[in-house]
Amino acid sequence: MAGGLSIKVNGRTRSVDADPSTPLLYVLTGELDLKGPRFGCGLAQCGSCSVLADGVEIRSCVTPVSAVKGRAIVTLEGLPAWHAKTAGRSSASPALHPVQQAFIDEQAPQCGYCANGMIIKAAELLSKTPDPTEAQIKAAMNGHLCRCGTYPRIVKAIQRAAKAMAPKTMTGEPA
Amino acid sequence: MSVPGAIPLPRRDLLKAGGALIVGFSLAGPAGAQTAGPKGAMRGALAGPPDPKQVDTWLAIHADNTVTLYIGYVELGQGTTTALPQVAAEELDLDIDQISTVPHDTNATPNQGGTYSSASIARGSPPVRAAAAEARRALLAMAATRLGAPVDQLEVSRGVVSVKGAPGRKVAYGALVGDKPFALAVSGTAPVKPPSAYRTVGTPAPRKDIPAKAAGTYDYIQHIKLPGMLHARVVRPRGQRAYGSGAKVISVDAASIADIKGARVVRKGDFIAVAADKEWDAIRAARQLKVAWDSTPTLPPQAELYVRMKAEKTDDTVVLTRGDAPAAFKGAARTVSMTCKGPYQAHAPFAPNCALADVKPDSALVICTSQDIYGARRTLAALLGLPEAQVRVRFCDASGTYGHSCYDDVAQAAALVSQLLGRPARVQLMRWDEHGWDTYGPAHLGEVTVAASADGKITGYLYEGWQHNWSLVEVSQQLALGSPATEWPTFPSQQVATGTCGGMYAIPNLKLVNHHVPGQGYLRGAWLRSPLDLSFAFTSEQAVDQLAYLLGLDPYAFRRANIADERWLGVLDGAAKAANWAPFKAASKLSNAEVVTGRGIGLGTHLQSWGGAVADVEVNKTTGVVRIAHLYGAIDAGCVVNPGNVEAQIVGQLVQAASRMLFEEVTFDPGGVTSLDWNGYPVMRFEDCPEVTPVIVQRLDQPSQGAGEETMAAAAAAIANAFFDATGVRMSEYPFTPQRVLAALGRA
Repeated sequence: MAGGLSIKVNGRTRSVDADPSTPLLYVLTGELDLKGPRFGCGLAQCGSCSVLADGVEIRSCVTPVSAVKGRAIVTLEGLPAWHAKTAGRSSASPALHPVQQAFIDEQAPQCGYCANGMIIKAAELLSKTPDPTEAQIKAAMNGHLCRCGTYPRIVKAIQRAAKAMAPKTMTGEPA
Repeated sequence: MSVPGAIPLPRRDLLKAGGALIVGFSLAGPAGAQTAGPKGAMRGALAGPPDPKQVDTWLAIHADNTVTLYIGYVELGQGTTTALPQVAAEELDLDIDQISTVPHDTNATPNQGGTYSSASIARGSPPVRAAAAEARRALLAMAATRLGAPVDQLEVSRGVVSVKGAPGRKVAYGALVGDKPFALAVSGTAPVKPPSAYRTVGTPAPRKDIPAKAAGTYDYIQHIKLPGMLHARVVRPRGQRAYGSGAKVISVDAASIADIKGARVVRKGDFIAVAADKEWDAIRAARQLKVAWDSTPTLPPQAELYVRMKAEKTDDTVVLTRGDAPAAFKGAARTVSMTCKGPYQAHAPFAPNCALADVKPDSALVICTSQDIYGARRTLAALLGLPEAQVRVRFCDASGTYGHSCYDDVAQAAALVSQLLGRPARVQLMRWDEHGWDTYGPAHLGEVTVAASADGKITGYLYEGWQHNWSLVEVSQQLALGSPATEWPTFPSQQVATGTCGGMYAIPNLKLVNHHVPGQGYLRGAWLRSPLDLSFAFTSEQAVDQLAYLLGLDPYAFRRANIADERWLGVLDGAAKAANWAPFKAASKLSNAEVVTGRGIGLGTHLQSWGGAVADVEVNKTTGVVRIAHLYGAIDAGCVVNPGNVEAQIVGQLVQAASRMLFEEVTFDPGGVTSLDWNGYPVMRFEDCPEVTPVIVQRLDQPSQGAGEETMAAAAAAIANAFFDATGVRMSEYPFTPQRVLAALGRA
């Protein structure tokens, strides 16, 4: 494609046709047709556009695509594979990240529009803090808004996911 | 995702606009009947609505023994697409994994009006139940013939009919009618299951939409793309002025976006938009386009809002009267009067509204999030100058919207842009458009007087309320056509409510007076989840609570002694029991501590159903910060089809009510709205969020009623009463911002 800009998204290097100053969000949605990151405010206030960049949650709506050159971008679509890789598993990646499964098990979403950012942020949290306290969960998630009021179920889902992920680290598998 | 002009839906092509069948099909003998096409055949060629009296309007049974259900209410994350299939599954003896629904479409789904008033189950389930029961009766008659056994010797499991005691003699629904129409009217005489036989209704079936939402594969409208579409953004002043003054363009400098490749200005009257091939270019163009707007201030200063409302020449109505309230006040042992204020609050959907349109000279397709697609079709057709039958409106889910946000406005904007450019167009609002041009939940001024006898009986009640009605004209239409700023006629939901304003108590002398403020000089208004009820309960239930306090009575016991209706008692008891309520006198443990705690109780509803709540709060008297530790909320909504969904709804209501009581307030100055994003309009976050306990008072033998908004008012009241218990001070205005709290505590 024209433009000559390439970025690494969900393990693949992609050439994109975008001005370097274009926020990453519009490249992910407009050029790569991804559905995880989504527009919410364009101001980095709500978290609906969150993705991981080298394992760190960022707001793609205010991050120029040129700023992620050379960084590994993971969207909700790539989260199961990212988890399998970071957990050191060589087997095929699961269909869902444990946080995604926990969101289903706890019936956490209502409209679900915030779920992208919530799941991305929770995955980041659990990758660094495998056994967070409730206060740690709330502090980590505090920059992500939910207008339906599903916070209580999201907290439960993250706690459930932490439990589901725990045995693998406790039995000495590589984290 | 690309979307062609038609969607794969079975069988609607066989139905005329009125729903009458073109293809004959006799239930007595399918031989010779034309096949209706396989599952997945195109449905949608003809304009609806289909005839609600026809079974085929509501459901289709496919050869593979699955069912498509055509429902009249949209999925908003409240679980309609799970709960209504449960109702159908119950009557048809199917499992809900065999039933799917299709998105709303004026060429495919029935018209049940808007998805308003928490009506998805209350009004959505009766026709589904009746159609499913009718279908079952017809299917069993066919099976009886096929199997050579009387109907009363048949049983059904997962849509397979078998002869009792001879399970080998069986036939599936799909083999009986697969993909053929029933051509059968809903008689209303087909037997429905008694609640005692329910096996699906009343169970918390997991929501069908959640796995895709968690996986990231769910299609929100923001994901939809039309071939050849342009991206567009509306260009408006940042923040609306008064409804009647719209926005007036003085000049537009199209050259100001000349450097953005392919960007162009779209204008009709004062409606301005920009379009480009790439979304980011449209966003940049909207930001960069130089437009001079008439900036004459047309709003009152915010500090004068309530004074101005009360001074208006209002249209006054006595909503309800019985006995003689003023006379009752004279002889009362205790009388409490309160004046309370509730602010404008925003829907602020998490996803700014989005719509797509493909307008051709003689027809139009509009894909939007309107909760009333048939109503939207009517206004879109008028706006575009097309016959209604030539406009097809399809619903696509977006984020929760909690009432009438800008979804119809953005649908009109997309339609206008597409018509003016002759290309398919996608319009998405920016955050400041959504926050600044919303139809807000109107501000309310309430004055209440309540009196009680020495033995604790409420003897007299007077409530007077001031607010304007909802705005009838969408912004895009107002700007494009210069349409006058008309309001909805007054009806319940916009006026003083008989339920929340004293309706829960047996009060012999009661009067409710509504003062309709003319809305043109104020902000745009519309229904916001539990419209006005938070303000009503905040006013009324604080006064009732104050009576209990003056009489030295436990606030729960005082309410209990004044309730005659078992449904109100049920939710009051439900919330109190969940909270492990122990009798106390409010504000009897005041202390000098910096952080004080309190507990409160409240009742309220919206139009129907019954809501009760208990709140535990903490107040920091130094900082003015109020923290809600725990909310308990109870709802009696009659037969709750899916308790899991309703528990989720109660949790959402409690958190949102807490957010609205503590944080949410639209701010403005005479020149326009100034709360334009999540900083200017803060909402509850994780660290603010109370623990919540949902309580369902299940009554399977009672008709289903609303469950999406009926405990918010109770929660608002409980929070206010808990604040009083903690501090001995009554708040007269919400949200309880630190500044307002400190002023009330005399510490400002």
